[in-house]
Amino acid sequence: MARKAWLSLLAKSPAADVAHHWAALGLVVEHHVLRSPEVGGVMVRGRAGAVGAAFNLGEMTVTRASVKLSDGTIGHGYVQGRSKAHALQSALVDALMQTDASAAVEAGLLAPLREAMRARQSQRAAKAAATKVDFFTMVRGED
Amino acid sequence: MYVAVKGGERAIDNAHAWLAEERRGDSSVPELSLAQIKEQMALAVNRVMAEGSLYDPDLAALAIKQARGDLIEAIFLIRAYRTTLPRLGGSEPIATEDMACDRRVSATFKDAPGGQVLGPTFDYTHRLLDFKLAAEGAVAAAPVAPTHEGHTPHIMSFLDKEGLIQPEPPGPDVPDDLTRTPLELPASRALRLQSLTRGDEGFVLGMAYSTQRGYARNHAFVAELRIGVVAVEMEIAELGFAIEIGEITVTECETVNQFQGSKTEPPQFTRGYGLVFGMTERKAISMALVDRALRWKELGEDNLGAPAQDEEFVLYHCDNIQATGFLEHIKLPHYVDFQSELELIRKLRREAQGNMSQEAAQ
Repeated sequence: MARKAWLSLLAKSPAADVAHHWAALGLVVEHHVLRSPEVGGVMVRGRAGAVGAAFNLGEMTVTRASVKLSDGTIGHGYVQGRSKAHALQSALVDALMQTDASAAVEAGLLAPLREAMRARQSQRAAKAAATKVDFFTMVRGED
Repeated sequence: MYVAVKGGERAIDNAHAWLAEERRGDSSVPELSLAQIKEQMALAVNRVMAEGSLYDPDLAALAIKQARGDLIEAIFLIRAYRTTLPRLGGSEPIATEDMACDRRVSATFKDAPGGQVLGPTFDYTHRLLDFKLAAEGAVAAAPVAPTHEGHTPHIMSFLDKEGLIQPEPPGPDVPDDLTRTPLELPASRALRLQSLTRGDEGFVLGMAYSTQRGYARNHAFVAELRIGVVAVEMEIAELGFAIEIGEITVTECETVNQFQGSKTEPPQFTRGYGLVFGMTERKAISMALVDRALRWKELGEDNLGAPAQDEEFVLYHCDNIQATGFLEHIKLPHYVDFQSELELIRKLRREAQGNMSQEAAQ
């Protein structure tokens, strides 16, 4: 799994889910915090007519944090919302994914998060599919 | 003479204490939780996020609770909170063509690729009060159907390929931002869209309706209305690449409008665009109609003097926080201003009466 993919998954997963799987991993990770969790806003942009010039749609809340493991590996977390624990745990996961612990973290945390995300998405998609209109043509009495 | 007026602190404290009690209401009725507001008043939460210009459903739910359901007051609270946030950056423009659509309808093409997907809509309900909701009860699960993997293309892209629709001009990567620099006229389309997307739903709706009734009519068809989840991507400097930093629900409306042509160019349809946070369909359609009306100059149309064509009128009056701030301030103490008016009118009346009695004596 590429770094971009795991960071994106961590950002979009609910803070409670990340906390739950992180606790279940039971890892004690020696680290120091390079950047304490900081809550901020990101200006979300759209495009005029979906394809034209960019414009500012409004902001969203984002929390970020960075950590450094005792072996020097640096991890960054950027997550949606205002949970400082979510940002810190994501930074730790990002760092650990660059070490020998990656297989354990992938299996114990990223895989279940990915599965939960897929389940949420396919559930909504299935409900949407059930509301798709089937047109049928009325038989006209001309012939 | 200037008279400094102090006092009222005790009255203000007591008023706020009573407000807190009234907000809670009858304590024998269970208190609302933020989760309940977020889940069951979702469209109110969406409106507060859109007009508060901050996507955070938990904060919007808190604001609605604090404001006792007064949505403009809730929007005010969100706008105030927003100003305290450090700006971590700006996203890449969201790719609405990759939206996971809950709803996607077109009023122009019946057989659009991807189909007509109604989603959880009020459309086709009878608008009769449902007294079953007055009683508590479980809701049956919504039916499901097999999904078709694949992309739901924008309907406009088909017209675009044929050259039937006016192309959208590109613009700068970093658009003008009215939260950073005061709005100046004439405004770029980016600024107009930013103002409209955070503008008051009622005001934007009224303006859009005026175009339908004939004030700068532009005869809009809803080519496509889609609601769903899109990922938000941002370039992270310390990583050197972009990641998804979250996902948001948005409503997008693309209108196809009356065509125009000239001696050198064959006729082409024109377009209006609405994009709003949350499931906010009425607002997105309204935004598209007003966006289209405001484009009269660049599309070479006549200024008909219609309110919806007047960007100064629309952009300076669509913000409900600016409007309510100025409107509501007139209820606050103006004792000294009014005292001077009172003295002036008494003086004028004395003079007028003096002149009248002089004339009568002559």
